[in-house]
Amino acid sequence: MNKVVNNVEQALQGLEDNMTLMLGGFGLCGIPENSIAQMVTMGVKGLTCISNNAGVDDFGLGLLLQNRQIKKMISSYVGENDEFERQMLSGELEVDLIPQGSLAERCRAGGAGIPAFYTPAGFGTEVAEGKEVRVYNGKPHILEEALTADFAIVKAWKGDTEGNLIYKGTARNFNPMMAMAGKITIAEVEELVPAGELDPNFIHTPGIFVQRIFQGDKFEKRIEQRTVQPKQ
Amino acid sequence: MALDKNGIARRIAQELRDGWYVNLGIGIPTLVANYIPEGIEVEFQSENGILGMGPFPFDGEEDADLINAGKQTITARQGAVFFDSSTSFAMIRGQHVQLTVLGAMEVAQNGDIANWKIPGKMVKGMGGAMDLVASADNIIVAMMHTNRAGESKLLKSCSLPLTGVQCVSKIVTNLAVVEIRDNKFHLLERAPGVSVEEIKAATEGELVVPDHVPEMKL
Repeated sequence: MNKVVNNVEQALQGLEDNMTLMLGGFGLCGIPENSIAQMVTMGVKGLTCISNNAGVDDFGLGLLLQNRQIKKMISSYVGENDEFERQMLSGELEVDLIPQGSLAERCRAGGAGIPAFYTPAGFGTEVAEGKEVRVYNGKPHILEEALTADFAIVKAWKGDTEGNLIYKGTARNFNPMMAMAGKITIAEVEELVPAGELDPNFIHTPGIFVQRIFQGDKFEKRIEQRTVQPKQ
Repeated sequence: MALDKNGIARRIAQELRDGWYVNLGIGIPTLVANYIPEGIEVEFQSENGILGMGPFPFDGEEDADLINAGKQTITARQGAVFFDSSTSFAMIRGQHVQLTVLGAMEVAQNGDIANWKIPGKMVKGMGGAMDLVASADNIIVAMMHTNRAGESKLLKSCSLPLTGVQCVSKIVTNLAVVEIRDNKFHLLERAPGVSVEEIKAATEGELVVPDHVPEMKL
């Protein structure tokens, strides 16, 4: 089944104010940067964004934060973004902080038809407040519920016309689980190839999870913490 | 003399055992990778999705698609593998990782740890820390013994929001190696030239001190 749309404008058609979105990426690694730029252009507001991080002040989801387009963030770590911290501490932005593994599993569960699961992460902390506790193997666990989204927007290295995706390096991170959990999943890829060119043995996300795929115009792929050692 | 950050990392590296998979947190824990004892093999897991993490890349060879959990550019060793975040935390929650080293703002004598939030002031989020401390059997905290105001970080009970309960097994600070057992801190070793009295003075929680406290061998 052909999932190809011509451009980012077509890909994001139907994305409206007050929707819940999932956005792949860890830090700035593996984020759907073309789609984020388009959302800035569209000016959609009141968004709930499920994303491990919130970008930096001038890139990634930070761009949407600067424009006050985000109403609520569901994340695990938001450290590198001053504007985020300011909006959160002043109460302008709703924030739900979730342990990273629970966030990943809640997305996976949402896509896998599992409404909730027990995890030890967060027991005895703020995260557990109001959540059901059950003891398994002598250890307390808390009930975490699945997450889904109106749109899941992911970024892959290569994709084919059927929507099959391959990620590169640590840019995979949250993308495969979020791809599973969107009512509509949009994949932006660096390289879009005809069906049959990707080896079926090495596909990470099967195309069944993807409704729209397009090749991004340009990928800046900004590095957050360039850490190198001098050449000998 | 009290240890510096590299000294703390060097002492923690002595805890590594051949064949272990190890998760190193951000900050001092990252430095542990520089001091792997000779003759043993360990693999480093970074929770954003790599097992077999190598050293920082040479200048000009950095890859935006290859970072660690601290968002630093890294390299992949031969035999390394990449995976998604769900698989990564399956390794952690499923106890396939033998040692976790992370930093902390406070540790209590019952093993509680706080390292993600100062209400009203600093909220960076817990990242993977809550999953790590809730699951791992072997958790070593790497931190300074006191905070910038000179107050002890080894407490009777934590004052900051918790990251996990009754989970820390050992603490290596600039002054000492401390084990947590029976709801008490037990002094195992002192940093070279640091006296037991100095360590006692810097520890708010209950500290059990044996007759003889050896100096760390670094």
